[in-house]
Amino acid sequence: MVELQILLPAILNGLTTGAVYALIALGLTLIYGVLHIINFAHGSLLMLAMYAVFFLHAGLGIDPYLALPVVVPGFFALGYLLQRGVIARASHGRDENILLVTLGVSIVIENLARYFWRSDTRTIETPYSFETVDLGVAFIAVPKVVAFAGALLVTLALWWVMSRTDLGRAIRALAKERQGARLVGIDVDHIFAMSFGIGTACVAAAACLLLPSFYVSPGVGHTFVLIAFTVVVLGGMGSFAGALIGGLIIGVTESLCGLYLGESLGQIGIFLIFIAILLFRPTGLLGHRA
Amino acid sequence: MLEVEGVSKNFGGLRAVADVTMRVEEGSITALIGPNGAGKTTLFATISGFLRPDTGRVRFLGRDIAGLSPERICRLGLARTFQIVQPFAGLSVRENIAVGAHLHRPGRTEALAHAELIGRQIGMGRMLDQPAGALTIAGRKRLELARALATDPKLLLLDEVMAGLNPTEIEEIVAVVRRIRLAGVTILLIEHVMQAVVSLAETTWVLSDGVLIARGSPAEIAADPKVVEAYLGRGAAARLAGREGGAAHA
Amino acid sequence: MRRQLLAIVAFLAAMALVPHLVDSEFWRNWVMMALFYALLGQAWNILGGYGGQFSFGHAAFFGTGAYCSAILHVHYGVNPWIALPAAGMAAGLVGAFIGFLSFRYGLRGSYFALVTLAFAEVLRILANTVPITGKGVGLLIPLEPGAANMQFADRTGYFYLILAFVGLALLLTLWLEHSRFGARLVAVRENEDAARALGVDVFRTKLAAITLSGALAGLGGSYYAQLFLYLDPGIAYGPAISVEALLVPIVGGMGTLFGPLLGSFALHGVSELAKLAFGEAPGLDLALYGVLLVLMVMFMPNGLFGMGRTTLARLLGGRRDA
Repeated sequence: MVELQILLPAILNGLTTGAVYALIALGLTLIYGVLHIINFAHGSLLMLAMYAVFFLHAGLGIDPYLALPVVVPGFFALGYLLQRGVIARASHGRDENILLVTLGVSIVIENLARYFWRSDTRTIETPYSFETVDLGVAFIAVPKVVAFAGALLVTLALWWVMSRTDLGRAIRALAKERQGARLVGIDVDHIFAMSFGIGTACVAAAACLLLPSFYVSPGVGHTFVLIAFTVVVLGGMGSFAGALIGGLIIGVTESLCGLYLGESLGQIGIFLIFIAILLFRPTGLLGHRA
Repeated sequence: MLEVEGVSKNFGGLRAVADVTMRVEEGSITALIGPNGAGKTTLFATISGFLRPDTGRVRFLGRDIAGLSPERICRLGLARTFQIVQPFAGLSVRENIAVGAHLHRPGRTEALAHAELIGRQIGMGRMLDQPAGALTIAGRKRLELARALATDPKLLLLDEVMAGLNPTEIEEIVAVVRRIRLAGVTILLIEHVMQAVVSLAETTWVLSDGVLIARGSPAEIAADPKVVEAYLGRGAAARLAGREGGAAHA
Repeated sequence: MRRQLLAIVAFLAAMALVPHLVDSEFWRNWVMMALFYALLGQAWNILGGYGGQFSFGHAAFFGTGAYCSAILHVHYGVNPWIALPAAGMAAGLVGAFIGFLSFRYGLRGSYFALVTLAFAEVLRILANTVPITGKGVGLLIPLEPGAANMQFADRTGYFYLILAFVGLALLLTLWLEHSRFGARLVAVRENEDAARALGVDVFRTKLAAITLSGALAGLGGSYYAQLFLYLDPGIAYGPAISVEALLVPIVGGMGTLFGPLLGSFALHGVSELAKLAFGEAPGLDLALYGVLLVLMVMFMPNGLFGMGRTTLARLLGGRRDA
């Protein structure tokens, strides 16, 4: 079983990446579930958060993991303001408009990044960047293990917020029945913005977890967001559990495809899944919407 | 012309329509009445192809149409209107009607001319160039009717085209419906306005909780205790009879 | 219809004079590129403006057209004039394929936008991987000047070629506005259920629209390849083309005959001004486009054309509703 010695590390690596994908997809699926709109600015917000983490490290020497309590609330606020100040205002209550506006926002963020920080890829180095953990069957890089654990923790926290708090209940009510939620006195605009804020906070958390082992460049959002889209479609639009499972599946698939087909064709494997879902099960694994 | 045989439709355990069997004779005006939530609109959606029946058959001109798409059914000569009006809001009244007229008229000029003709027949002559989004409720109801009529249907399903109109408007629409029938179109209508049902329909079917409970002329229906109970609640017929009360009024 | 036809003819005639009347090479080029983006915008407009299906990935069609004609020419020695219709067809086929996948299940709105975006990305990755496109290095089309090779030593030839394409796109759109297909397409945009109740086959209508739209964008791709004689995956399938294709009709007026034309000239005017003000810098023009997109949706959802029409109607005391 020589195979297994290559296969197991690939699967474990895939799971660690998949957890981060799941975290990014979670934000996307939350926003979709409530606003019924795909946030096309999600990837560029991730990129922006990664730059924030990068500059906090480069300028102030703050460790990426320690940046979490700064970056996450910051991006929550940014997401909240973006929804309230720009997206809601421009949409005139029409979904197509929200669509175009989130696209517009992503174009602006991405190209301003290109303008200010040029297209160079940047990485940061931490003392633990190249450390590994021996899991018995394979050596996995420390940042990847932390990313995996962190992503699961954030997911757990989010699940707790959604199921145990008033805010979570309001968000779920709004996702189910917009008109009804308004009637029982839920401040719809506020909850929309809160959802957008939480979704954005998710990518901020992902950025902190990613940076020790990944690079940042103005186009980095694309790399992740299309995968996150696939995860969301796979798991079913608006489904939390679907996003988590979908993320892990995609992570492993990418890792295995990369192993057998090479790096760039590995990504094609993901999109083939994407197309196959559209063909055979457009509601995703756990979705309900027709 | 239309035969519905044992049609049922459930929505996740909720029985909207249960084993309905009814028929519509060619050249007739037939009414389908019943309290709110009786399943009338669901039955319409099932006949017109927007919903697939769980069981049963729908026969139109001798052909089983259950499960066909709405556009196929429309092409066979069965057109419907929507209770909740669905105008092409950004288009003018004329363009709205022309979409229906195009079904059997490929040419744009021809379709627009036919749309104008239908529009005038339905009494929308002065509104032809208005955007459909700017119409009043009465105007929108008429537009629904005009668009469906423009497809040259053999059978027309009208879903509450008189709801929300004032008595004068109702009288106008009643006259329009009569004229449509005279032109050879069979009509099945869902209606709450009893005045219209009484003056239009030869045969009336009553649906309650998804089940057909009565059939007959409007006068017979009004006297049927089951119907009165369906509308006014259990025991109502007896109470009314006891008081020698007047006709059932919905 | 006659008035619109006259306007098209007048526009084409006026444009035909540009190479003779405009001395500046820069401005001739500028008009040429504005026409080029008007073509892409008109392609998008057919599907997005008239059909209401917003594609975020028109680069999938553009790039396919570009690569198709370039590959046929470079690897198989096919004359570009013959490769041109093949490119249009290939792009149309890609459109039909994407349309088949998404419209079969009634995917619309953001779901459809996502699918188109993903397809452009798949194709970009593919172009980066398979040898026939020259991978990331790109594909160089050998310089063999001569009208027979669709390469013009004098750029006037390129000018008239794109003008002809734009004329074709305008006439096609004019036909659309006055045909049953167009009426049905608009009905689908406004209300799918109502359209179906009137006998409109929504799936086939949308499928035809995306095929047509894809084919037109493919012609644009073929033109681009012959003009710049170089392609790489980022140029062909990157997001820049997709963004321009949708921004042009949104700025000019979606679902209107002249909207994309107006939008393209306005947009490239603004882009030139921005270059004057900020200098050439990577990303700046696209950032500006993004801002414009948001502002247009926020303040002028009917585009310049819609705005102009409303204002004109008000000035003339017209009875037309806004």
